This record gives sequence, structure tokens and C-alpha cells, in this order.
Amino acid sequence: MAEEVKLFGMWGSPFSRRIEIALKLKGVSYEYIEEDLQNKSPLLLKYNPVHKKVPVLLHNGKPIAESIVILEYIEETWKTNPIWPADPYERAIARFWAKFFDDKCGLAAWNACWAEEKEKEKAMEEASECLKTLEGELKDKKFFGGDKVGMVDIVAIFIAFWLRVLQEVVGADLLTPEKFPALFKWSEELVGCPIIKENLPPRDRLIILFRARLESSK
Amino acid sequence: MADDLILLNLWSSPFGMRVRIALAEKGLDYELIEEDLSNKSPLLLKMNPVRKQIAVLINKGRPICESLIIVQYIDEVWRHKSPLLPSDPCARAKARFWADYVDKNIYAIGKLVWGATGEIQEAAKKELIECFKVLEGELGDKPYFGGDSFGIVDVALIPFYSWFYAMETCGNFSIVAECPKLVSWAKRCMERESVSKSLPDQYKMYCFLLELKTKFQAQ
Repeated sequence: MAEEVKLFGMWGSPFSRRIEIALKLKGVSYEYIEEDLQNKSPLLLKYNPVHKKVPVLLHNGKPIAESIVILEYIEETWKTNPIWPADPYERAIARFWAKFFDDKCGLAAWNACWAEEKEKEKAMEEASECLKTLEGELKDKKFFGGDKVGMVDIVAIFIAFWLRVLQEVVGADLLTPEKFPALFKWSEELVGCPIIKENLPPRDRLIILFRARLESSK
Repeated sequence: MADDLILLNLWSSPFGMRVRIALAEKGLDYELIEEDLSNKSPLLLKMNPVRKQIAVLINKGRPICESLIIVQYIDEVWRHKSPLLPSDPCARAKARFWADYVDKNIYAIGKLVWGATGEIQEAAKKELIECFKVLEGELGDKPYFGGDSFGIVDVALIPFYSWFYAMETCGNFSIVAECPKLVSWAKRCMERESVSKSLPDQYKMYCFLLELKTKFQAQ
């Protein structure tokens, strides 16, 4: 049966890019559909009526939503180049870090960059605590997944790429080689990986997006 | 102990209840350690240094944290008995999606229903019923969210049934009037020993939550 894989995404979204990276790492062909989040398509609303968000993966007509759920599905459906650990315990640990990242780190880092003056210090502290925890988990590993890029690296890629662009635009020094040497090195390695670097948003386009938001917040 | 399992728990926590239900569904023996969150044990802090929270399952000395991650771990290691996730990847994705939906909404909103007052409470009540109606839509005519078999979404949601009396009394509304299907589902789940033995009595929970509410309001 000819397989039909479609991805509804948004070029600048780290959640959307997670899925593209995973599909590309596994060599899965797919049709990409760019969504205008200010004007969501009827198809997106049909396939993700509960959250109405990207990314949504459509496999042979069946929709799957929520990026981590999609990443689990991709792993279970296309067995080449595993990005999840095979061992149930290691898999539980990977799930824990993915959840910790999504529940705490990503948001903390994002908020710290956009925080207003009076909340800035506290927000930066909170974000730094998260990065410190990630630094501790990374230790002397090349990637969170060990020698190879794994699921946690893909989930945390917001820190490796988006945050570094954002902190430059807003003038925050959250992730620096002095403060978090292991995490900083990891971010360089990760965005330098062949398949990954081809599937990140164009840096200058992201800068324009962040600058526009910064301007409108003044 | 045969399966070498320890659960760091809190009797009132819906997250702890999820794990106890899953362990019971699988017929697993384990040591239950009740934590005092105002005085966390060195074991808890060692086993969950990042979040310092219950529930933590310790299997052969190795900790697993976060209730739904623990439930999935239990399901994967003891796959042969009472599977809590289907085998088809698409059905698994659907189950994970709805378990995630429960996780994103019910605790936070429910807490405001029994814990807040005034406008915040009213907004929370409305939101809770909306979420329950969405869940009823997903349940449809199935006996469980897992279909004919009790599954991870049922495990994720049913502990919050222990909050129903507290939410209804504090919020002055009737959940069964708004969501009769959900309440029928809950009662069906309660017929399972794994559930009835893991959920505390609703009145006991109400008294406990009331105490908590008073403590927060005093601060």
C-alpha cells in the first residue's frame, strides 16, 4: 500500500520542527503543509479539534496530535534509526526528561527572554535553574541520547537553536559557554549535525520574527 | 519482595493513585511508603532530585518518576498481564493523546474548583464541565476509554473521581447532572478492585482538601 504521510506545521515552531527532524532522521517521506496560525486551515481544525495546534501528523488519513505523542508514534511505526532507547527503563528516563523540558525548561527560557523589567530577575533565575538541571543531566555526554542524537535532544532543540537566536535579539545572556559549558557545547554539536541543520528555520527569518515581537511589546 | 518494587506515595495524591491502580491491575507486589510532603524523606529527595515529588516507583533500586511515565513503564515491563495500552501504534497514540489531555487539564482546573472562591472558582467550574464533556465525547458508548478494556486514559482520569464530592460541595454544583455519562464510567471503574482499593473515600478526601484550602487561605 502506498503510504501517505503529511505534516501540518509552522516554519518557526520548535514543536513542528521536532517532527520534521524525526521524520528526516528516519528517512520517512512526507508532504509538508505550512499553516498560518493566525488563520488556521479547516483541515487543521478538523484533524486537531481539541487543541487546534500544530504539529499534526497525518498517516494514511489518521491524525496524530501533540508533539511527544507524535514522536512516540513515529518511533513505533518506522523502525529505522531508533531515536528512543530500546530498554524500558532508559525509555522512562528519556520520557521524564522530555516532560521536564516541555513542562518547565522551554517555557522558563522563553519567559525569561520576554519578561518585563520587574519580573526579569526572577524569570532569569528560574530559567537558569532549569538549564543547570539540564547541564547536570548532560554531564560529559555528547548528546542527551549518548553518542547519538536521541529523542531528548530533539525535544530540547529549542534551547540549542531558538533560545540562542532569541537571547541575542532581546539581549539576555541565558545560555553562555561560561555559565553552562556542557550545554553550550551540546548546542553547537546538535545544530551542526547534518540532517538537523538542514531542518532548522532560517536564522535571519527567525531574527525578523523575534525582532517584530520585541518591537510590538514596547 | 518478588518484583522488587517500592512506591513513594501520598494517600491523597491522584498521581499516586494512578500508579497503585496500574500495579494492582498487573497483580504486582510492592512496598508502599507514605511520604510527608512537609518533611520529604532523604529517599524521595535522592530518587527524585529534579522534581522532589511523589509518585516515585523504585524498581530494583532504580527510580522512575512522573505518574503516567511510571504507568507506561509498568505496562511495558509487565506486558503479559492486563495491557493498559493497545498494541496498534495509532490506537496507542490516541490513548497517549487523551492521557495527556487529562494531565494538562483536570488537576489544575479541579484544584481551583475545590480550592478557589468567587469568580476564579466559577470560571474553573465552567472549564471543568467543558473538559468533562470533551472527555464524554471521546468515551462515547465505550465502557472504558480503552474500549472494552480498562486502559491508561481510565487510569489517568479515575483518581480525580475521589475529588468529586469535594468539588461538588465546595463548588455547589452537581457533576452527575452535567456529565451523567462520565459519572457512569467512574462508577464502572470503581467496580474494579484495583480502583476501589486505590481511591480514598470521597468524604475523607473532602475533609482533607478543606483543611488544605483553609491552610492556603490563611497564608
